[in-house]
Amino acid sequence: MIELLPPAFILIAAAILIGPTRGHLRTAVLLGAPLITLWAIWQVPDGVVSTLSFLDYRIEPVEGSALRRLFATIFALMAFVGGLYAFRQARWYELAAGYAYAAGAIGVSFAGDLITMFLFWELMALFSTVVVWCGGTPDARAAGIRYAIMHLLGGIILKVGIEGVVIHTGSVDIQPMLATNFDTWMILIGILINAAAPPLSAWLADAYPESSPTGSVFLSAFTTKTAVLALILLFPGETLLIWVGIFMIMYGIIYALLENDARRILAYSIVNQVGFMVCAIGIGTEMALNGAAAHAFAHIIYKALLFMSAGVVVYRTGFSKCTDLGGLFRTMPLTAICGIIGALSISSFPLTSGFTTKTMISQAAADEGMVAVYLLLAAASAGVFLHAGIKFPWFVFFQKDSGLRPKDAPWNMGVAMVLFAALCILMGVFPETFYRFLPYETDYVPYTAGKVLFYLQLLLFSGLAFFLLLPLMKRTLTISLDTDWLWRVAMHRVLTAAEARLAVIGEALHSWRLAQFAKIRAHGELYFDERMARRRAGVFARAWTIRTTALWIAVLLTGYVLVYIL
Amino acid sequence: MNQSREQDPWLVRPASIRLLWRIFWAVLALTVALQAVIKVKGYFGVDGWIGFGAVFGFLSCLLMVLFAKGLGYLLKRDQDYYRSERGDD
Repeated sequence: MIELLPPAFILIAAAILIGPTRGHLRTAVLLGAPLITLWAIWQVPDGVVSTLSFLDYRIEPVEGSALRRLFATIFALMAFVGGLYAFRQARWYELAAGYAYAAGAIGVSFAGDLITMFLFWELMALFSTVVVWCGGTPDARAAGIRYAIMHLLGGIILKVGIEGVVIHTGSVDIQPMLATNFDTWMILIGILINAAAPPLSAWLADAYPESSPTGSVFLSAFTTKTAVLALILLFPGETLLIWVGIFMIMYGIIYALLENDARRILAYSIVNQVGFMVCAIGIGTEMALNGAAAHAFAHIIYKALLFMSAGVVVYRTGFSKCTDLGGLFRTMPLTAICGIIGALSISSFPLTSGFTTKTMISQAAADEGMVAVYLLLAAASAGVFLHAGIKFPWFVFFQKDSGLRPKDAPWNMGVAMVLFAALCILMGVFPETFYRFLPYETDYVPYTAGKVLFYLQLLLFSGLAFFLLLPLMKRTLTISLDTDWLWRVAMHRVLTAAEARLAVIGEALHSWRLAQFAKIRAHGELYFDERMARRRAGVFARAWTIRTTALWIAVLLTGYVLVYIL
Repeated sequence: MNQSREQDPWLVRPASIRLLWRIFWAVLALTVALQAVIKVKGYFGVDGWIGFGAVFGFLSCLLMVLFAKGLGYLLKRDQDYYRSERGDD
């Protein structure tokens, strides 16, 4: 029986139970369910585990492989640490939505066919929107609606693609494809929207920072990384993705450099990091796909750690803008240290998880002789240190003394951060243990003296650049426009302008109609109004009363009779 | 609340900042100097040169910051831009 049930159902059950339970029971559900899910994930063997038929299609709700287990594991782990981080502070419906959202991600991880994948995909879209709304502010509500529109649109495009593939190939199986025809293009675009690829990256930095301090931790993990998994499963070696990835990497860096809101800086750097994975999927070799999967795993941990650190700051101070923050290391040492560990990991500093995973992607580019890609990735690594590695901790915890003296993290938030900080370092120090879980066997050696030295030079001199260029990076109370300007402002302007034009036309039509009515009325009165008619017509054209008519007829008949007789 | 200068944590005292900068410069010099002993395996020739990582890292950051700065003139708006632009929400 148990093998028929996808592991995702455990978290769905937990999401349902979070509402009715109270106190310690709820805590047990929150912390127990992800652990049971983890156990269930590791019971899933390779290959298709269960099938059922639906409308002549063979549905495979659970299909196992090393890659799928790896992603499901990190999603379940994320749900556990996210739950631990949030359970004393977040409202129950945010926790329930977060768990249902995680269940969607785990469901996608094991989906053996496109239909199952699509169902869990939409489950994620729905409940991530609820998590955004749990931010509770009018801005969060508005951002949540924009977020939902974007993801429902992406879902429809994906669905169109899936329908096309199902009709034209007759198979709902998840198997590698290339974007060669309309159907596969639609699937690719649908997935890329969730990966925050250009030109639709704006939803991520728009919505995530509006959520609650706890909600953003959940949001940072699932949507973009399930998109990465879907790309690995469906589009490995699609060369277009190399350049999509490079664009995302640079977009993330540039926008993060311009940004003032600490959580928005982190949101932009999600796009940047997912760019590394998308680029690796485009390269498509075993080393590259290993790198993409490993980097996704490591990224979820350090990005959640960064969002947790920023979340504690928002929770304790109520501020998230760099211009309001600064000097918090005085009273928040734990949060600062965990934030710095996350920042070093994202910058792929040696001895952190970022180094042991991201360098695989660079290695894959070098192995394939892609000079430009390799150098762009190296430049991007420097840029990551610049925009996230130093910028985030510097402006939040050091910079100037903001005068704020908030308390450090509540214990559960602290434990959650320490857990993930420890994982960042463990994966950096003992990479071989982690490499065993990657989809392809690898003998990649991350720590060679030359490579470490190269990265130290690259990163430390980026650090130098940061501090020398600090005057150029003065924080301003600004936001940066993105492509969503087109529909948030331009389209609004076009519509209001069109409305104004239409109003003028409507006004003209209205007065023309009134004039026409007046004319018709005048004619009508001319012909139908009795008094008017009587006044205007000549004697014989007038309408006579019956009496008069009868009299006239009598007179005429008398006259006629008289003439006849005579 | 701050009674005097001495209450400042070690990290933000001007003397320690000067010291940290000196250590930083020394470490930077060391990473380049070490390349005389440790060979960095270049994949494309040029990336094996002494100090390539240092120069490349610094220049890419400089370029990115300047590019962002330039783009900022085009893209940056007041933080209430969307609220004032729409007026209705």
